[in-house]
Amino acid sequence: MNKDAVILIAEDDPGHIELVKKNLWRSCVGNNILQFKDGQEILDFLFKRDDKAKRGERSFYLLLLDIRMPKVDGQEVLRQIKEDEELRKIPVIILTTTDEASEVDRYYEMGCSFYMIKPADYNKFMEAVENLGAFLSLDGVRVPLINGVGAS
Amino acid sequence: MNKEGVILIAEDDEGHFELIKRSLQRAGVCNEILRFADGQETLDFLFVKGDGPTREPDKEYLLLLDIRMPKIDGMEVLEKVKNDSELKKIPVVMLTTTDDPRTIDRCHKLGCSIYIVKPVEYQDFAEAVRKVGLLLSVVEVPQIDGMPKAKGVVK
Repeated sequence: MNKDAVILIAEDDPGHIELVKKNLWRSCVGNNILQFKDGQEILDFLFKRDDKAKRGERSFYLLLLDIRMPKVDGQEVLRQIKEDEELRKIPVIILTTTDEASEVDRYYEMGCSFYMIKPADYNKFMEAVENLGAFLSLDGVRVPLINGVGAS
Repeated sequence: MNKEGVILIAEDDEGHFELIKRSLQRAGVCNEILRFADGQETLDFLFVKGDGPTREPDKEYLLLLDIRMPKIDGMEVLEKVKNDSELKKIPVVMLTTTDDPRTIDRCHKLGCSIYIVKPVEYQDFAEAVRKVGLLLSVVEVPQIDGMPKAKGVVK
């Protein structure tokens, strides 16, 4: 992926965040990673409602998004991102434990890039994130520039 | 991706298609693979038109889409797929030689899942597709139900 792209992880489970970061790193993903512990934090960052941590004027992002999170859940986060003219360009990969078939359908309809179920088994979870990392580490993967305009 | 899911590859270059197919298989992807030589064939399949093969209801599909193709290019295919209320659910991976920021921007705006520039070197290309295969082995893909509205031409 573009070297200047930033990987955003919205995930309330600290153990899962560490596991995801570790395995992305093991797959040679050298991109910066920013983490958010609930849906409100990630929305505040993207829509620039937070004075402390808000996105830059011109940046490249990819979002790994959990569904069950406090305050605002992943479904609402995805909805708001995909309804914004500019932010909708951000590839959003759902990483979740929910595995109802109807859910998969709904998230693709809303515009997620991929829907990935976190395997309950620790080793399988690591392997799945490594596969994701191997993919994201590809030079050819391009995420678009997100401009400051468009989000209020 | 479910084993019954079908991988659609829209690619006019036969050499590239063979390389993509082999590299996916090397990654352990054993799904059925269908090739379309241009954008028209791809749209006819998805929108169930024309005399060629067409999609079946209640199946999982994923599309690997080249941009520069005869008749109808990949951007137009992407736009038509993402404007259909049912077909929009299909994950579309752009796999192209075009490395232009405006095209990358446009494809993401239209709703592609991810955009990949084909490496020039044969080995790198094969390795890149193998990693796409690894990703496909750990993601869920939705079923596409029913038939699109534009099915009038079907016999």
